[in-house]
Amino acid sequence: MNGVHDMGGMDGFDPMAIEKNEPVFHADWEGRMYAIAMSLARNADEFRHAIERIPAPVYLDSSYYERWLNAMMTLLVERGQVTREELVSRGADPVAPAQPANHFKGDSAAVRRRRARFREGDRVVARNLNPTGHTRLPRYVRGKRGVIHRDWGEYVFADSNAHNAGKRAQHVYSVSFDARELWGKDAPRRDTLRIDLWEDYLDADRLDAGSTNAKPAKKKSSSITRSKRGKKR
Amino acid sequence: MSGNHVTVPTGAALRVKALETILEEKGLVNSGALDSVVDMFETKVGPRNGARVVAKAWTDPDFRRRLLENATATVAELGYGGPEGGHLVAVENTAKVHNLVVCTLCSCYPWPVLGLPPVWYKSFAYRSRAVRDPRGVLMEFGVEVPENVEVRVWDSSAEQRYLVIPQRPAGTERMTEDRLADLVTRDSMIGVALVKARA
Repeated sequence: MNGVHDMGGMDGFDPMAIEKNEPVFHADWEGRMYAIAMSLARNADEFRHAIERIPAPVYLDSSYYERWLNAMMTLLVERGQVTREELVSRGADPVAPAQPANHFKGDSAAVRRRRARFREGDRVVARNLNPTGHTRLPRYVRGKRGVIHRDWGEYVFADSNAHNAGKRAQHVYSVSFDARELWGKDAPRRDTLRIDLWEDYLDADRLDAGSTNAKPAKKKSSSITRSKRGKKR
Repeated sequence: MSGNHVTVPTGAALRVKALETILEEKGLVNSGALDSVVDMFETKVGPRNGARVVAKAWTDPDFRRRLLENATATVAELGYGGPEGGHLVAVENTAKVHNLVVCTLCSCYPWPVLGLPPVWYKSFAYRSRAVRDPRGVLMEFGVEVPENVEVRVWDSSAEQRYLVIPQRPAGTERMTEDRLADLVTRDSMIGVALVKARA
């Protein structure tokens, strides 16, 4: 979902306050909340999505562990472990989520792909996906061109797992983007960003024109490497 | 507004207490078990773990090599592991590259080696700015990265959790591993600080 949690590249938040000698928890309730969530969260994707589903104005006005509190109550009610009425009557003050949890719209007939589609050095484009459910593809990389830095192997797909809609394990890649590809020509020339993206977030880059990553010489050598590797299979 | 909240919102303590009471009545949580989770993160797991890893990497080339190849297995040799540490990746600062770690979508962090993240790491300001203006963020921490050094930002969006191995400062050649570990700060292992020869 295109929620306020997806804040990479945004402006307008408070300046950073850097606290010296910060305690692990700033109050007892923070530690209790952390421990409750660690005991009851069944999968991190589902829990993260519950945080994302907090209505945007509440999300922005809550501290970190208040968001955990709101998210945990949402999951407990949705699972039927606690009723909303119980929470209200005891003063836990639950916040209704902005949307229900069941928003995974993947292809249910999709065949699990074991062999990696990409290799180190391959040029890729992050897909312009805008799912209404959980995703770990932030807006700031969508449509941008990058290079596969590394294949981390197969991992459960967060987008489906958050909705308990199957594990759909697939390769996750560290993808490198030039700062200029992400933020324009004023970004420092040498700077880069690496982000871990599931295979379903990526397409092969076949349209190099207009990309700041397009370097014809490199492209040629990478396609030679690819064909050499292809023979080995 | 938020993200930077350090003061206690008065309602939150009561709300969490109410939730814990309900959960305990239903047998869904056990108060003693919650105590031990809190105690673990307040007293046992924290950035001292990461500092030991870094000091060892500085003094033991074979450990460093293994750490860069497979950080999860290598920190396990020192007894570190657990939640949010199953896929640890160590990235090394050099004369050519300065690494900086963020999680823009939530606040993913390598718990077994750094403990729980500080408030600034979880703040909206850091999450929003670290990817777009990492050099500006670094300046606020007092770090100026030369133009000819690549700033490499790692946005931890999947299962990988990143630990920065900062550069070993000059003038520490004779120091023991324990003394070196005392120099290594939490912030240097996130990539927002350099390690100084005198702590």
